[in-house]
Amino acid sequence: MTIALALEQLLNGIQLGVMLFLMAAGLTLIFGVMGLINLAHGSLYMVGAFACATVAAWTGSFWLGLIASLACAAAAGAIVELAVIRRLYDRDHLDQVLATFALILIFSEGTRWLFGDFPLYLDIPPLLQGIVNLPGDASYPVYRLAIIAVGALIALGLYLLIGKTRLGMRIRAGESDREMIGALGVDIRTLYTLVFALGSALAGLAGALVGALQSVQVGMGEPVLILAFVVIVIGGIGSIKGALYGALLVGVTDTLGRFLLPQLLALFVDPSQAGMIGGAMASMLIYVVMAVILAVKPRGLFPPAHA
Amino acid sequence: MKTMLAAATMALSLGASGLVMAEPLKIGMITTLSGGGAGLGVDTRDGFMLAIKQSGNKDITVVTEDDAQKPELAVQIADKMIQSDNVDVLTGIVWSNLLMAVVPGAVAQGKFYVSTNAAPAALAGQGCNKLYFNAAYQNDNLHEAMGEYANKTNKKMFILAPNYPAGKDSLTGFKRYYKGELAGEVYTKVGQTDYAAEIAQMRASGADGIFVFLPGGMGIAFMKQFAQSGVKIPVMGPGFSFSQDVLPAIGDAALGAKASGQWAPDFDTEVSKKFTADFQKEYNRLPSIYAVQAYDAAQLIVSAAGKASVKDADAFRNELLKADIQSPRGNFKFNTNQHPIQDIYLTEVVKKDGVLTNKTVEKIFTDHGDAYAKDCKI
Repeated sequence: MTIALALEQLLNGIQLGVMLFLMAAGLTLIFGVMGLINLAHGSLYMVGAFACATVAAWTGSFWLGLIASLACAAAAGAIVELAVIRRLYDRDHLDQVLATFALILIFSEGTRWLFGDFPLYLDIPPLLQGIVNLPGDASYPVYRLAIIAVGALIALGLYLLIGKTRLGMRIRAGESDREMIGALGVDIRTLYTLVFALGSALAGLAGALVGALQSVQVGMGEPVLILAFVVIVIGGIGSIKGALYGALLVGVTDTLGRFLLPQLLALFVDPSQAGMIGGAMASMLIYVVMAVILAVKPRGLFPPAHA
Repeated sequence: MKTMLAAATMALSLGASGLVMAEPLKIGMITTLSGGGAGLGVDTRDGFMLAIKQSGNKDITVVTEDDAQKPELAVQIADKMIQSDNVDVLTGIVWSNLLMAVVPGAVAQGKFYVSTNAAPAALAGQGCNKLYFNAAYQNDNLHEAMGEYANKTNKKMFILAPNYPAGKDSLTGFKRYYKGELAGEVYTKVGQTDYAAEIAQMRASGADGIFVFLPGGMGIAFMKQFAQSGVKIPVMGPGFSFSQDVLPAIGDAALGAKASGQWAPDFDTEVSKKFTADFQKEYNRLPSIYAVQAYDAAQLIVSAAGKASVKDADAFRNELLKADIQSPRGNFKFNTNQHPIQDIYLTEVVKKDGVLTNKTVEKIFTDHGDAYAKDCKI
């Protein structure tokens, strides 16, 4: 194994982690502030991807598509919060899971009804096409580097928003004691809608960014949603910092596992068998990591102090 | 006068019953109509229904359900179709892992299964069954053809497939004919959408060619990411990796890719031209290989239903075995294990009138069967 390959795989892991962070940040924010388990978060990811692909196809501009994905996902999130989610805050988690699962079905069928069964395609903007050369004779696609950069910016932005602004103060207050900040005269309903729209916009952005790498299709959100749940459980539910570290851990573990496990096994069995068994083991690896972390730290790596 | 009328009526009714066995036949189609594999299922359904429609046989009814590419759901649907819908023939499953979950149970309950696509090795050799027919191929076939072709062009191949029965059959088939060196052999998770880690391995492997079997959305994702990665190694694969259902989404990244198939839209035969035109007229898009396979499966069932009652399993089976159909593929007959013997071609992705499609280049195998037929004792 060369340095170049190792570097490239590490970047791949970070890129996957950053993408998961965009999903997990919204999920954990919504859970932290409102105590709501939102299974429909993957649907908002899909909404973002479809919005970006549609607008990009109409206008020929990926950037307009990206703006549309943020706007559409945020709007869809706000509408869903006002129409459905608002009624669920006082119910127990099972009711929330049932209702948001129903939302997944509605979003999926609705999207299929609008766009059909065939995947849409979304191309990378010319500005971000191509590859860059990295030290050690490695090279890496510009677009994936851009995703890493966007993720880092969002992480910084969220840190500033939550740590340094009035809105962030209210969000933190909401996490600590919901009833109290309501009693202090903060418009908690608007705050909830805002947080939900913010989380949705992040999911939509992730969907749009990934849409250009993969295909934009119905049901694309659910596999990512499962990983995002793993991330927030590892990171500590409700913690943005935990979501960031959890996402990077999952991203790097998954990528390196897929790459190294078969090679490791090939030392003992023949390469074909090693590929098969290693591949199967690699897909379990992040769950093993999650189990180990939960055994040592049952509330995740960075549990919120108050919870 | 009365006697004459009576005689005429009798003659008519006799004649009618002698002409067609107006016996109703119910077909249960289980296929993937949602999720990343939906394109394959939609083409399967549409190709199948085109043949049923063209047959004009009003005694055949088809019930269709979506398996969402989930084995447990496919089993549930099959049970429901057999027990409460009383279907006679099952068909339509795209994925080998779903097929393996459904077929053993279905044939044990005395139902015919005519596969439109999936053809795992386990059901072609010792596990073959009188009631199980495959109208598409045996899973290994198209991969064997690419292995044979790669012998001419490549010395060091990197091969990749998803980790499920058809993926294993794929790489086994490729290796059965390919004699060169392997730069790597990787199995990915079914439904995986990010191939960055695998592409990095390809770049570092020093391979002079890459063989990928990634049907449906997996292939779209892989090809797009491969094109973006700047890796310049030529990619080849079985027809599924570049079939008509995924080409528009992959885009120009697929241009020049070599693949193998039993059929391509440019086939220069009357039957194929008519099929392609009819399909385009009906659905306003080019048919994929899945559509052809399903079209032939439906033709097979229709032809057998015209001559024997499905209630008489032996007679119905014998009629199916005759493969008395006009396939767009050209030569088509059944092997002893009820899988096809057919020609396999090399195709290349080209742009024709602004539409990406597959062009036939040369024939790789003539009258190609499969490696498992000798183990099938029926």
